[in-house]
Amino acid sequence: MVEQSTRATDRPLPLPRANLLHLLEQMVLIRRFEEKTMEMLALNRIRGYCHWNIGEEASVVGAVTALTENDRLITSYRDHGFAIARGTPPETVMAELFGKEGGCAGGRGGSMHMVDIARGYFGGYGIVAGHLPLAAGLALAADYLGEDRAVLCAFGDGATNIGAFHESLNLSKLWHLPVVWLITNNQYGMGTSVHRASAEAELYKRACAYEMYSEQVDGMDVLSVYEATERLLRRAREDREPSLLETLTYRYPGHSYADAGKSYRTKEEIERWHQRDPIRLFQRYLEEHGILNQGEYDLVERRVSQKIEEAVKFAEESPFPSPDTLFKYLYAEEGTK
Amino acid sequence: MAEGTYRQALQQALREELIRDERVFLMGEEIGLFGGSYKITDGLLQEFGEKRVRDTPISEEGFLGAGIGAAMGGLRPVVEIMTINFILIAMDQIVNNAAKIRYMFGGAIGVPMVIRTPGGAGVGLTAQHSQSLEVWFASTPGLIVVAPSTPADAKGLLKASIRSNDPVLFYEHLMLYNDKGEIPDEDYVVPIGKAEIRRPGKDLTMISHSLMTQRSLKAAEELERNHGISAEVVDLRSLRPLDFDTIAASVRKTNHVLCIEEGWLSYGIGAEIAARVADECFDWLDAPVKRIGGAEVPMPYSKPLESAAMPSHERILEAAIRARRGS
Ligand SMILES: Cc1ncc(C[n+]2csc(CCOP(=O)(O)OP(=O)(O)O)c2C)c(N)n1
Ligand SMILES: [Mg+2]
Repeated sequence: MVEQSTRATDRPLPLPRANLLHLLEQMVLIRRFEEKTMEMLALNRIRGYCHWNIGEEASVVGAVTALTENDRLITSYRDHGFAIARGTPPETVMAELFGKEGGCAGGRGGSMHMVDIARGYFGGYGIVAGHLPLAAGLALAADYLGEDRAVLCAFGDGATNIGAFHESLNLSKLWHLPVVWLITNNQYGMGTSVHRASAEAELYKRACAYEMYSEQVDGMDVLSVYEATERLLRRAREDREPSLLETLTYRYPGHSYADAGKSYRTKEEIERWHQRDPIRLFQRYLEEHGILNQGEYDLVERRVSQKIEEAVKFAEESPFPSPDTLFKYLYAEEGTK
Repeated sequence: MAEGTYRQALQQALREELIRDERVFLMGEEIGLFGGSYKITDGLLQEFGEKRVRDTPISEEGFLGAGIGAAMGGLRPVVEIMTINFILIAMDQIVNNAAKIRYMFGGAIGVPMVIRTPGGAGVGLTAQHSQSLEVWFASTPGLIVVAPSTPADAKGLLKASIRSNDPVLFYEHLMLYNDKGEIPDEDYVVPIGKAEIRRPGKDLTMISHSLMTQRSLKAAEELERNHGISAEVVDLRSLRPLDFDTIAASVRKTNHVLCIEEGWLSYGIGAEIAARVADECFDWLDAPVKRIGGAEVPMPYSKPLESAAMPSHERILEAAIRARRGS
């Protein structure tokens, strides 16, 4: 029931060259995008919270890339990278952060509530584990309607201690729902380490209580994450079997804008995780396999940097929503209060 | 037209909507094999099968949230919460998800679902099983809250709720399930957001919903018979959106107002209506707006204490006379 997979990087090329390069570019895009949001926060272009995926790029990109076009994604508030990985244009993510009409939620959602229904992204949610029951329901709908799709539901290590986690896993197994539960274990819920929060710190083992298959993978290795997610999504789609996947990763910055991330983590620990930077690791892998050289990597950085400049420009130029639209979208029928 | 109970009316609505729309399905604790805690869904599992009538574990947050997700995924779930007292476990799903999803995602997606749940006191179910919490939901933008007081409205409002594109909290009353009334035969809906004048009158407007509307009607008869007061009884039916136009029209006619509710008065439905009447109908008032509601205590067990905690016939009558007198 419980398995630890071997590192995918030890195996022959699992994907065509172009796809491998795409994984890299997506990871770089998310890293640079998040860094830009820090700058924009300092300039007061962005308000409120900002939860970054920096350090988690392999977990995010590996998992999301494994989705088919038909599959659905739903996540926690740490969602900028998930939206971008799913193909939501970075400019609409940035515009959302700026609170602009051109944002993916029209500026109504902000950092924690990215969304892109057309691409099967059912949104980011701000209550820890509050979206897990929704994922069960999305999977139920797919099953009910006989649709060929699975649901990927991403959340943090901290979310596994809430009732909604357990209720959702139970329902999904009981009803054979096509869903993959993805724990992005970045070792901390705000400042509380997994060991200080979970009696069973090997989080993937919790699936045992629900007779559910589960795995733990190296969340710094994009190919391991991709390979496991792809396999588990297929199992969900074809066999109507839910599963739990835990990726072991790390968030390099603080929890959100008001946290430097240093009071509860040692310098040594942070440094140790930096040595396994998911982007560097994958860059080295590609170089070792003769797929990428430094010049090509620089090109990736240049393309990404251009996309991000365009994203900022789009966000700057997009208009703010008019106060006249304050009650728009409250109900299906306009004018209802 | 045929006579039927409030319970039968609800079942008819569910049955007809299950037949009308393949996407409609029911989900809740004990609604299938057991036949429903209050037998609203009795027989529907046998008729429609497990796909359409789904028994759930005792997992309110889980299955109510799954209802929200299913609605986002293209279905029309009707989720039953055994009684409103247990809904608190699922409060986060209702308030933080169902009510907010359309708005916080800029209209990208909505949540067309119904949450059916009964509440109310009066049969000795005590502190944790006797509450009227519908107002908590009525104060939440993004939700629709309806509370029928008659069999015909129970059916028509439930159908309207199932066809609504927004999340509806459908509040039923345990003490109304056996009430009888005429139920139209044809396929009909009662529009959401429209109050109903249950009894016309010229001296006093009595505003209420659910069980308290039935109690108000009884009190109004006695007011007419023994006290020479002609009371107009407004049945809110919808708590959100609130049909203030109907209220205001009645106030302009009677110039006296009594709000009756079973729940606690503080920050309640009567408080909301009194504030709006004071604000928007001040010139039409001949006396202060009066309110009557449940005593602000956890519901006690002992019969005389329970009776003392509820707006009884006698207390409604007395409050109505005072509202008319202005004292
Ligand atoms: C129910 C709830 N309690 C508390 C919070 C405040 N909070 C926001 S994020 C967070 C930590 C969550 O940690 P984890 O699930 O590991 O996700 P991560 O932020 O690490 O991605 C907390 C406690 C919340 N949003 N929701
Ligand atoms: Mg975490």
